[in-house]
Amino acid sequence: MRKIIKIPIDEVRLSRNDILKTQGIPRGKNPSKTIEPLFNKAIELFLECSKPSGIVSEISIPEFGDVYKGEGLNEESTPLDEIFRKAEALALFAVTIGERVNQKMAQLFKENELVLGSMLDGAASVGTDKAADMVEDYYFNMLSKKGATTNSTPILRYSPGYCGWHMSGQKKLFEFLKPKDIGISLMDSYLMKPLKSISGVLVAGPKEIHKFKDSYPFCIQCKTHSCRERIRALFKESKPKT
Amino acid sequence: MDILKKISESLQLGDDVKVSVLTKEALEEKIPPKEILDNSLISSMNIIGNKYKVHEIFLPEVLLAAKAMYAGMDVLKPMFIQEGIPTIGKVVIGSVQGDLHDIGKNLVGIMLKGAGFGVIDLGNNVPPEKFVETAKQENASVIGMSALLTTTMPVMKKVVELLRKEGLRGRIRTIIGGAPVSEAFARAIGADAYGYDSANAVDVVKRLVGKSE
Repeated sequence: MRKIIKIPIDEVRLSRNDILKTQGIPRGKNPSKTIEPLFNKAIELFLECSKPSGIVSEISIPEFGDVYKGEGLNEESTPLDEIFRKAEALALFAVTIGERVNQKMAQLFKENELVLGSMLDGAASVGTDKAADMVEDYYFNMLSKKGATTNSTPILRYSPGYCGWHMSGQKKLFEFLKPKDIGISLMDSYLMKPLKSISGVLVAGPKEIHKFKDSYPFCIQCKTHSCRERIRALFKESKPKT
Repeated sequence: MDILKKISESLQLGDDVKVSVLTKEALEEKIPPKEILDNSLISSMNIIGNKYKVHEIFLPEVLLAAKAMYAGMDVLKPMFIQEGIPTIGKVVIGSVQGDLHDIGKNLVGIMLKGAGFGVIDLGNNVPPEKFVETAKQENASVIGMSALLTTTMPVMKKVVELLRKEGLRGRIRTIIGGAPVSEAFARAIGADAYGYDSANAVDVVKRLVGKSE
């Protein structure tokens, strides 16, 4: 099944801490009094300029095997290569908040509204991530309705460009998913346009299949090791879905 | 309080309106524009840069201060009508071809301007030839390239190779940055330097042009 999902902007919940983190402000620290109104203005602009939408398309394990192989440029051994074969269900997805936010950011920088531009960029990144969470929830509910999953069967997403899955994997992913229908196109460099877009695979299956060590050769170059946080969160609590 | 000090305080607080008014006052007091620029605007931005480096302040405060600095520079600009605002060197920056990520590169540009460099920002998706052509035309001493994708990193090598081909390697230096880029990659492609963040990039560019403190 392939579905286009219109995401109501007022349901995209932005976390203040997450946005401040994009500005280098650590948890527990508050921006100065001068910055606070600009922070609020950036949220306003985000809500005004974003038009989030997503697309999700179920895919079988063998079909995904072909998408995953991509242009043959993946690292020799990757966590996802192990994970997707143990999945109970898979779906390709893409999500975007649209092009207008980028245009607004460019305009703000041009007008020397630097703090607003930077804050809007942070809000847009966080917002795109939240929109991807909502697509994840949508897929979970889709599977639940079919009786194909339970709360103990979480869904995690993986994207080309991370954890050894080469960026060029976008090509086959786009051929299968056709996210042009929600306004996302792919550049020759495999960068998505609009810039604030996320694509990848949603993996449904027992949480244990997502557990891996960050000791792959390519993990050395990774500057975030955000996989640790994702895995930890998975084992801390099963995400309650509605 | 002396007016240059007042400008400095207002700039550090990010008050662009006040900086603009005080800069006009300083000119009325016959303080040479170059002195206002060096001893007030740029020196205050250096203080801001140093506070940022030690996490005493964060990015939004730096950006507010930068906006205030631009407000002061706008007042001074007509005073340098013939030769333009004096700089400690010119840097051409851009995100390489195939890459549309702008923010990191913008921050580097803002910090470089704050340190007294002239910055020519080519935007994003910049072809290798454009970097080299512009650097030649503008008589820039440094090219700064940003890439956020592993697939666009090779463009950086093309720029270095173009410079080599045209015999400009020693005259125009290169600095690279961006999430997937590293010191080792810079060495591998023959770039002169790598900057791990915007504040570090300023230090590195200063070193490249021999203006380190």
